[in-house]
Amino acid sequence: MGEAFALALRRDLRIALRRKSDAANVLLFFVIVASLFPLGTGAEPEPTRAIGAGVVWVAALLASLLSLPRLFAADLADGTLEQMLVSAQPLGAVVAGKIAAHWLTTGLPLALLAPLLGLQYGLPAAALAVLCAAALIGTPVLSLLGATGAALTLGVRGAGVLVSILVLPLCVPALVFGAGAVTASLSGLDPAPHLSLLGALLAVSLAVGLWASCAALRVALD
Amino acid sequence: MLEARAIGCERGGRRIFGGISIALAPGELVRVRGPNGSGKTSLLRILAGLTRPAEGEVRWRGAPIGELAEEYGAEMLFLGHAPALKAELSAAENLDFSLRLAGIRASASERRAALERLGVGAQAHRAARVLSEGQRRRVALARLALAARVPLWLLDEPFVALDDDGIARVRELVAGHLAAGGMAVLTSHQEIALPARALHAIALPA
Repeated sequence: MGEAFALALRRDLRIALRRKSDAANVLLFFVIVASLFPLGTGAEPEPTRAIGAGVVWVAALLASLLSLPRLFAADLADGTLEQMLVSAQPLGAVVAGKIAAHWLTTGLPLALLAPLLGLQYGLPAAALAVLCAAALIGTPVLSLLGATGAALTLGVRGAGVLVSILVLPLCVPALVFGAGAVTASLSGLDPAPHLSLLGALLAVSLAVGLWASCAALRVALD
Repeated sequence: MLEARAIGCERGGRRIFGGISIALAPGELVRVRGPNGSGKTSLLRILAGLTRPAEGEVRWRGAPIGELAEEYGAEMLFLGHAPALKAELSAAENLDFSLRLAGIRASASERRAALERLGVGAQAHRAARVLSEGQRRRVALARLALAARVPLWLLDEPFVALDDDGIARVRELVAGHLAAGGMAVLTSHQEIALPARALHAIALPA
């Protein structure tokens, strides 16, 4: 179980390391999208601060969608996905390893970069810390739900757009609680309830997302 | 050991074949033949548990393979049409990953020897991306050199893209596996003689 997880994680991290541009593109996209809003909304500090958390969250959501179509499609094309399904290792552990690698190469850097982008919106230090914490809990949710979407649309024409249409609505709760935590902190409220709900969301998507991804992969290769 | 009872296959609502039965015992070989589109690959995927048959069932040691899941995976090696190599990883890394996935333990020197046995030892540290089609095929097949303990081999066109030297090396591996009491099911267009305790031939109609 643990061996299969580590195996898939190590393999995907090594591949990501040799395709650095993929991960860099996601981060660059995130930075650009999140930086466009202050330019578009003008220099008034108040409205900018109010939308800051939401914009950073939406930008992170869109950026993490960018790398999803490739998550399983590359393995399908070269035949390695087939090997994962007929292997001596439990499929769930292998898929979990792949999702963990996806999070480490996209979600984690996005979460660490989020406070920096929050600075552009004039968020105070406390709100920046909440933003980072919320992103650390929330981005794995995006990876898990995203993996389910990627598995469901595997081998379908126009999978890239379809993944977005499928996954974005599912990510609404993560967006609401994630941005809500920052807004609560801005208005002097305790962000802990929002973060707890985000944590609960992570637990649910861990159970459901992993199971659904595996089932969808089996169907896709049938 | 491997038993398929009256399996049938449908693809896209069209019936491709039906009523195929296989009973495979140690040391025996099944050779699947048929024109393009007759369902050779589909039959192999059904035997590997990737595709569910439209009718009939496949059993391994008496149990349906759907229930065995990765237990069956540990006793079966499936080599599909694609070589299943990651373009970004080297030949040695690819072999290491595929062996671990198949639950086969092998040391670095054993893996090196396996690549040499297939004649791609010199390519061990080159990325799969820069290898030729035949070399990639050889790297994929290097798994067989370390899979003596895996009883059942399912090989989809193992000789395709290989030159005479490559065919001879793979033939030797499969023959050795059968002589040691292993089992194999393979699809092939080429007429390649393989000594087996019993040879079952399945000809799929067009």
